[in-house]
Parts: sequence; C-alpha cells; structure tokens
Amino acid sequence: MTETPLVEFNALKVRFKGERTVHAINGLSLSMQQGETLGLLGESGSGKSVTLKTLLRLLPPRRSEIEGSVRVNGTDITTLSGRALSAYRGREVSMVFQEPALALDPVYTIGDQIAETVMRHKGIGRHAAMDVALDMLTRVRIPSPERRLKNYPHEMSGGMRQRAMIALALACRPKLLLADEPTTALDATVQIQILLLLRELQREFGMGVIFVTHDIGVAVEVSDRIAVMYAGNIVETGTTRDVIKNPRHPYTRGLLAANLHGAVKGERLDAIPGSPPALEELPSACSFAPRCAFARPQCLSGLPPVTDLGDGHSVACVLEHPAFDERSREALPV
Amino acid sequence: MSKTEAGSGQQDRGGPGQPLIIAKDLKKHFPVRSGLFNRRSATVRAVDGVSFDVIKGETLGIVGESGCGKSTTARLLIGLIELDEGGIIFDGDTLGGDIGLKELRRGVQMVFQDSYASLNPRLTIVDSIAFGPKIQGLDKPMDRARDLLARVGLEPDRFAQRYPHELSGGQRQRVNIARALAMEPRLVILDEAVSALDKSVEAQVLNLLNDLRREFGLTYVFISHDLNVVRYISDRVLVMYLGEVVEIGPSEAIYAKQAHPYTASLFAAMPSMDPDNRTDEPPLAGDPPNPIDPPSGCRFHTRCRFAEDVCAARKPVLSVIAGDEAHLAACHIHEPGSGHSLAKREAAE
Repeated sequence: MTETPLVEFNALKVRFKGERTVHAINGLSLSMQQGETLGLLGESGSGKSVTLKTLLRLLPPRRSEIEGSVRVNGTDITTLSGRALSAYRGREVSMVFQEPALALDPVYTIGDQIAETVMRHKGIGRHAAMDVALDMLTRVRIPSPERRLKNYPHEMSGGMRQRAMIALALACRPKLLLADEPTTALDATVQIQILLLLRELQREFGMGVIFVTHDIGVAVEVSDRIAVMYAGNIVETGTTRDVIKNPRHPYTRGLLAANLHGAVKGERLDAIPGSPPALEELPSACSFAPRCAFARPQCLSGLPPVTDLGDGHSVACVLEHPAFDERSREALPV
Repeated sequence: MSKTEAGSGQQDRGGPGQPLIIAKDLKKHFPVRSGLFNRRSATVRAVDGVSFDVIKGETLGIVGESGCGKSTTARLLIGLIELDEGGIIFDGDTLGGDIGLKELRRGVQMVFQDSYASLNPRLTIVDSIAFGPKIQGLDKPMDRARDLLARVGLEPDRFAQRYPHELSGGQRQRVNIARALAMEPRLVILDEAVSALDKSVEAQVLNLLNDLRREFGLTYVFISHDLNVVRYISDRVLVMYLGEVVEIGPSEAIYAKQAHPYTASLFAAMPSMDPDNRTDEPPLAGDPPNPIDPPSGCRFHTRCRFAEDVCAARKPVLSVIAGDEAHLAACHIHEPGSGHSLAKREAAE
C-alpha cells in the first residue's frame, strides 16, 4: 500500500512507575488506514484507554515510560513538544471522553468553548469562530442551536452534552478522532442516537476514528475493523465481520459468549474463569494462558506468535500458527 | 419465635400460591430544595403508583433507563427509604402491621452495583459477612460466613482475612452476594449487581447466581439496564418509564413481541450484533424527559410515534394483551374503547 497509514503503532510499550510498576502496553503494533473506524475492544485494565492517551500525549510525563514509536500521518508523535504538540492536539487529533460533564468546562458556554478552539487553531476572529460553532452544533443535530450556543454544560441533558462534546472535538476537522467509551454513561435509547451520529459524521468528514469500548455490540455498530485487547496487547484484529463471525482467539470467543446475545435462559454460560493479570511484570508468555481452556505447554514458554490469516485478520495464539501440530489440536477440549 | 403469628421473614407461610411480595401502589416523591431558605421548589416523582407481585421462586427483571425509578422501587421494597404511599405485603404479612423492618430484612436482602462502596473498608470480608447474622443473633456467625465464602467460590483460608481493597471487583461482588445470603433470605434484590463487572467476570457471577437460586430456593428481583442479561436470567420482566410501570409479562413474550411502544423502542435501541445488518435509524429522538415535571396523560406520549390526543389527555391503565393473561401494558392502543385509533372500539364484554 502506498498511502501513508493514518496511525501506525510499532512495538509500543508503556510502563507506569511509582509505588509499583504497571506494564500497561506491551509491544503493541497496529496500523490504521485513513478514514477508517477502528473499534478497540477490551475489558478494564486491558490498555485501551492508555493507548488513546498515548496517541494524544496525555500520559503523565514523569511517571510513564514510552518505548517504540507511534506515527500519525508519518510523524512520530512521541517526540513532539511545545508548539508542535499543541498544534497537533485538537487540530490533527482530538478526543471525545466518556463523561462530557467532566470534560467540558463548567464556567464557559458551549459556544465559547468551541469558538476558543477554532480561534486558536485556525487563527480566525471571534465572530467567524462563533459561526463555526453554530454550524457544528447544527451538524451534531442539537435542536435550536442558536439558543444552545449560549448554554452552559449544566443546562444540557447527558445526550445533548455528548453531542456538544463531539461538536467541539470536530470543530477543527481533525484527521483522527479518538472516542473513549463515549456512550457508556448514556441511556440505551440515547446511546444508539450518538452511535449513529458518529457514524454519519465520520462518513461526512472522512476522518479516521478509534472507538474504545468494552461493549462488543457498540463496537459492531460503529467499526470497520475491530482490535481486541488483552493485558496490554492486541490478541486479534480483523474486519468487524471476521472478528464477530469467525473469532479465532479463545479470548475473543469468550467475550462473544459473555455478551449473552442469543444465550439460552438458565443454561450455564461459557464463562472465562479467573480475572485478568495485574501486569506488574512484563509478560513473557501468553497473558491469557492461565484462563484459557485450550492452553498448551508452549503457551507458557514464550510470547504467542502473531499469525496472519489473510484479509487483515491476524491473531496472537499458538493454536493458529501454521507450525502448530494439527493432530494435537484434535484433542483439544471444546 | 416471640412474635407468634407474624413470621420471622424466613418460613414459608402463605403457601406457593401466595406471592412472596405484593407491592401495592408504591409512591415516593423527593422534594427538590433550592433558594435561600431551602424551600421546596419542585418534586421528583421517582416512583408514582407502582404495583406488582413477585411470585415465589421466580426471577423478576426490572428494566428501564436512568431516572425511571427502578432503583427507588428496590429501595422501597427493602425499606431503605420510607414509602410516601402504598404498601408492601411480604408472604401475606403487611409491612408495618404484621412485621417490622427487622423481620422484613431477614427475608429480603440486597446486592448493590458498587461492590466497593457497599463493604465496610475497615472490616475483613469474613467479618462483613458475619455482621448481619451477629446482629440478628443467629448461631455461629463466623462458621456460617466461612461456609458461604467457599460457596461463592472464594477459598476461606485464602480470602477470609482480606480487606475489600485486596480483592478484585468480581471477587468483591461475590462477597456481597455471600453477605446477602448470610441472613438466609428468601428474596434477594440485585440492583445492577453485575453492571460494573467486566463481561467475562459478569458471566461467572451470573452462573453463580443461577446455581445459588437453585440450591437455596431463592427468589430474585433483578434490576438491570442490560436487556441481554435480563433476558438470560428473568422469568418475568417489568418495564418502567418515568416512575411508572408501562409493561409487565413473561420474558419470552416480551422479548418476542413488545406491546408498549416504549418497550419496543428500548429493544430496538439494543446494538444489533450483526455487522451486515446494523441499526440505521434511532428508535427515539432526544433524551428521556425530566421526572420533575413529567408529561401529562401517558408519560411517554411526548416521544411516542403513535401518540394521539387521548394519550396526552388521559393516563392509560395496565391492560391485558390479547391472548396472554400474564402480559400487561399501559397503552391506549391496548385498551379497548380508549379512543385511540389503533385500539379496539369497544371494551370486551
């Protein structure tokens, strides 16, 4: 492919130091095309939010150590600082957070907050910036946008605030939008509205979106591709269809079963036993092996190889590796 | 038993035909205070005339969006907040008449969403579990607590002396379940008890809840916003909207065909889980209205696509859906003679 990938992680490692060390991201490699929506799926502690924060350089600099590279449109962003960093944030890449009530500034009106961003990045006057703000509120389908421009965040409902947050994030037309569980705090009937809005705006603006969620259903609703994270690394990635209809990693299969979509009432659930590792040490073997019903001796002796199954579907599991002996696979528990 | 006639909350008294709980016209209004003298400026009608039965041995799921009153209903059932109006009958005994709160709480226990906030951080988990039985004067509370720990999958020798912060969320929720069971209750109210857990851990806890129900003959009231979970665990489902019951019935019936337009929207808002067949149109626009000043008549009429004049004018009553005695919905469409153009003309003979 000749086109520069929008985002390219190469063997990214993020470690937090402090009273105890946490290896949050452990050698993550992933690339994402322009205009693509990637669903980053994982449970708490799997490193999905840390991945987003690394992309926006929001991690506390003194307590975190970053290794490897992260390129956005070809530029390594781990070395950005000063002006280049502030130009990058908000203009190239922006973020929508889970709690709009906490992410928006309570003492400025929605219009002022959007206009401030636009003035800063586009260098236009306040009047023109307010016009942009009004246009953005209209695009996120906030009813009576002229009036809402003068609203403070607390005067809006949860769904309306999340729309305003999206308007703010998209005001400078970023090439990449990071969405960190943007609908988790919302009610079901509001959640679907926001998901469909994001899908429409993505098409309209042609930006790339990384959508972090723990909810498979939500990921399916918005993503072109899905990457499943576990213990600070990606265990499986592929098109949404491949990952949902033909999951190869035992963890992905477990997550799908735990979604209960189509589970028979009262029948025992195929639950993954145990809980995720604490990540105090850098994993030297498959992190999922202790919970895996298919674990083999080689799972514990080294990191699992990543196998490309074709069409961008890849999985980090010894069972899928071509060198794995098919005969012993027959004997696996089902 | 000292109070001879009225139950201790533990023995079966009314027989299998007597509902374990009858909630009659529950009402709870919260004042909103503001201004200089903390004057009552508005009222949140959190629960506004809610009636239902919980049958012995069943799991009743309660679903609805935030602010619909499902948690307030749960708290009213166990007496954590005082009723404004209405009554609760536990296995034939009226709360406040035949039995008091202490007796009720031996028969009814609750598990909350926030597993950490619901445990005392200064007590070891075995002390937390034994605390209730000690207060109620039950035999050997510590032995009982250790047995229960083992039963919920936490090895007593390893876990008994730990403090809540030394456990994971899933383990803490197991402790909360053990604590609820320590009173040998007949009804356990689970208020979003698995919602804060990771999906893989949630499945483990759901398996545990099913096992315990069978083993101890429990009845559950299961409150959740996750319709997949509610379908999996419930025999009957009750749907709430802005402090009122809009639909109640067997879960297969409701999941197969929703009678109330709000229930239908709630189901249509679930992610499709099918990449080839994604949702294209949101079933509802806007946010749920504020329960401080709920709409007149049917509270859903402001967002309902079938709304007609009658819906704003008159409150619908829960009526039986044709063909299923156990399935009721509060919608003028299903109320014969209501005047709605989609309703049957005349009330049935």
